Amino acid sequence: MSVAKPLPHDAAKLHVTGMARYTDDVPTPKGTLHLAFGLSSIAKGRITSLDLTDVRAAEGVVRVFTAEALPAANDVSPSIHDEPLLSDGAIHYVGQPIFCVIATSHLAARKAARLAKVEYEQDTPILTVDDALAANSRFEDGPRVYAKGDIETALEIAPHRLQGTLELGGQEHFYLEGQAALALPQDNGDMVVHASTQHPTEIQHKVAEGLGVPFHAVRVEVRRMGGGFGGKESQGNALAGACAIAAQMTGKPCKMRYDRDDDMVITGKRHDFRISYDVGFDDNGRLTGVDFTHLVRCGWAQDLSLPVADRAMLHADNAYDLPAARITSHRLKTNTQSATAFRGFGGPQGLVGIERVMDHIAHHLALDPLEVRRRNFYPSGGSISGKMKVGVTPYGMEVTDSVIAELVDQLVEQSDYAARRASVAEWNASNPILKKGIALTPVKFGISFTLTHLNQAGALVHVYSDGSIHMNHGGTEMGQGLFQKVAQVAADRFGIDVGAVKITATDTGKVPNTSATAASSGSDLNGMAVKVACDTIRDRMAEHLAELYQTTPQKIVFADGQVQVGAESIPFGHAAQLCYEGRVSLSSTGFYKTPEVAWDRIKGQGRPFYYFAYGAAVSEVVVDTLSGENRILRTDILHDAGSSLNPALDIGQIEGGFVQGAGWLTMEELVWDDAGRLRTHAPSTYKIPAVADRPEVFNVHLFDNVNASETIYRSKAVGEPPFMHGTSVFLALSHALSDCGAEYPALDAPATPERLMMTADRLAQ
Amino acid sequence: MAKISMTVNGKAVSGEVEGRTLLSAFLRDDQGLTGTHIGCDTSQCGACNVHVNGVNVKSCTMLAAEADGAEVTTIEGMSNADGSLSVVQQAFQDYHGLQCGFCTPGMVMTAAALLKENPKPTEAEVRAYLEGNICRCTGYHNIVKAIMAASGQDVMPVAAE
Repeated sequence: MSVAKPLPHDAAKLHVTGMARYTDDVPTPKGTLHLAFGLSSIAKGRITSLDLTDVRAAEGVVRVFTAEALPAANDVSPSIHDEPLLSDGAIHYVGQPIFCVIATSHLAARKAARLAKVEYEQDTPILTVDDALAANSRFEDGPRVYAKGDIETALEIAPHRLQGTLELGGQEHFYLEGQAALALPQDNGDMVVHASTQHPTEIQHKVAEGLGVPFHAVRVEVRRMGGGFGGKESQGNALAGACAIAAQMTGKPCKMRYDRDDDMVITGKRHDFRISYDVGFDDNGRLTGVDFTHLVRCGWAQDLSLPVADRAMLHADNAYDLPAARITSHRLKTNTQSATAFRGFGGPQGLVGIERVMDHIAHHLALDPLEVRRRNFYPSGGSISGKMKVGVTPYGMEVTDSVIAELVDQLVEQSDYAARRASVAEWNASNPILKKGIALTPVKFGISFTLTHLNQAGALVHVYSDGSIHMNHGGTEMGQGLFQKVAQVAADRFGIDVGAVKITATDTGKVPNTSATAASSGSDLNGMAVKVACDTIRDRMAEHLAELYQTTPQKIVFADGQVQVGAESIPFGHAAQLCYEGRVSLSSTGFYKTPEVAWDRIKGQGRPFYYFAYGAAVSEVVVDTLSGENRILRTDILHDAGSSLNPALDIGQIEGGFVQGAGWLTMEELVWDDAGRLRTHAPSTYKIPAVADRPEVFNVHLFDNVNASETIYRSKAVGEPPFMHGTSVFLALSHALSDCGAEYPALDAPATPERLMMTADRLAQ
Repeated sequence: MAKISMTVNGKAVSGEVEGRTLLSAFLRDDQGLTGTHIGCDTSQCGACNVHVNGVNVKSCTMLAAEADGAEVTTIEGMSNADGSLSVVQQAFQDYHGLQCGFCTPGMVMTAAALLKENPKPTEAEVRAYLEGNICRCTGYHNIVKAIMAASGQDVMPVAAE
């Protein structure tokens, strides 16, 4: 069995030797040209004059083009065609591309791009959610509302009621490899594009539309990305489009990579949210109902904001069975970068909302927040306990697979939660300055694309006559280990060593019409598609060998690199050769579509998810209440990856996701000034977690579970769910501050030292 | 333009560079050694770390001309003479100290420099030494583990499950 083994990342050897090629490392033909965008310096208005004389005259510049020179569509939007590649005269944010420079080097292009003389007629920009609400600047005609039960009555009859507001900041992806693309013009007007993208098919579409050619004239290849995290789902369209158009104009290969500052200024980030709540509950902390309002800052273009905001609503319940709920979501349009996909895709924001509510209730009732959480958990579902009681989400989906209660029980025990909570209280009683806090937060995360038709995948598998295998599928590798996990599936289907399976670059010419590698769905979808392709070939082989050896296909076993045919055992390579000589097709496509999902996003009813992934984390922190400086002392995580395809890679996702999630809620702060300029546009001012920021003690374990749904080897998606374990750090910090005064801390995120200090001061007054 | 020569991974190389050309650009663009990665362009992320005369430096913070006459080692020169992985490289693979791999060359260079200075570092010393190297994927846990393992110290394997 090659599945379930903790094999290293497939490219580990290439990575440690520097031989792994990223887009910017692909050897380019002589004469390759380099691109850079000229960017707007204002947030809103119109260009009244654009003088590019100095840009054109600069050293190394080959050509400069604006929107007027584009051969076809001026559009890089992944949704409603509201995002021009180059400004059509209107300016929507600081950093919007206005023109494109083609030059002989990366440096020459960038230097020249600074030489434009641009005059604007400025408008007052809409920068905040308050500005946007006041101006009714929004996507969709009004807020979306999903509801369950009679929320008004639920709140009226509640013995207790609380209101509050939580600010949640955005987050820069900070993939270590910046956005990059390379376009290689072919004969007959065709274009080959190498791009650092999670969505090769969309790059193919946007490039084809930009060139004015059918999709078949464009082939996109992606071997790997140096990190994606959602930031390469749609944000690479502009670079690939510009490169392809420039390549068509000049007949030369064209390449573009954003330097870090440009990348941070131009591209979208995680949506920041303001979440308000009105909650009713009884003396035990059991909710009667909760009314949420989400104000979502979407930036200037729609991009993926609607499904992101939807997913936030779909996670407003997290792991809790809410008798009544209403979630009202305003998708606000502002003159800032177009907020985009980022690991969790709105889910984390929705989840932190209800976790704040649980924490607030516990503070009000002077209960342990863990007890309040437990009293509200969804009842356990079929896979472990077999109990019949089933919870229903605010969007009408039954939760039949919940393991949250058992999982949390186990984590409480493993982490020694009760004793440590007591010792935290003891510490705080005798330490006036350094305050400790501890929090346990659960995660329930819905798996599937909420846009139902995206839940499909294709694969292409060849068995060569020596028994070696070429495997291809629509998923992309961004470090998550997808390629290795899927190769393990392929190896298992043929009973061979995973080393016999060649992992190949994602290629729109091999597997067409693919979905983005997103929504944690990579292994679920592509693993299944590859399994289907492999099984098709294996069945053909078994049929032929049965005929040759006078037996039945059912009696033929593929295992340990051999094919058992009756009493005889032949090497897999020999079997492949026999099948080739027998004129058996040893190549097959595979296709998979997720069953049972059906969702009406306007009504907010249906089954958007095939299943849920679960997990929980306990974090303990210490805060210096005079400075706000803090440390994570210990984190314990127990996470449900179902029957893991590769426990080492899955644990890596959990560790990395947790640190990234904790970074979002504690130290990563995006700051825009009053003119709409992003002032945190480099690692000097935008701090992602560094090596010393992780917990001093860090225990991560997989929860022993199998997926109740029929996924690939009963595994569960693991890309996004662990990100939300960072919530435990945020609420542990809040817990630490709760010792500073009687009021509820009502901490906002990111809980930077500055914000912690100010909150401590407010509480002490 | 200035003519420079240096030894890169044991091989004598030379080239014509502008005064402003960074060592990182010379290695990548002139020498085709693309294992040295550009992550931030501003000497903060550590993806471009190389050794110059045995010292661990961010190659985007040094001019190519400054390395004239120097002995430079890049990630491509870190394997053993027979092509097998060095102890540090092997440990990064075995202990899953990488995901997307983009920061990995810089991490390996920094780890090797640390172990040369301090063959048995404590975990705290490893963390202090790695402060100039950013990773966005792993949360650093397995990177630290890999370096501890490379130093010959006992480390729990990943994913015993």
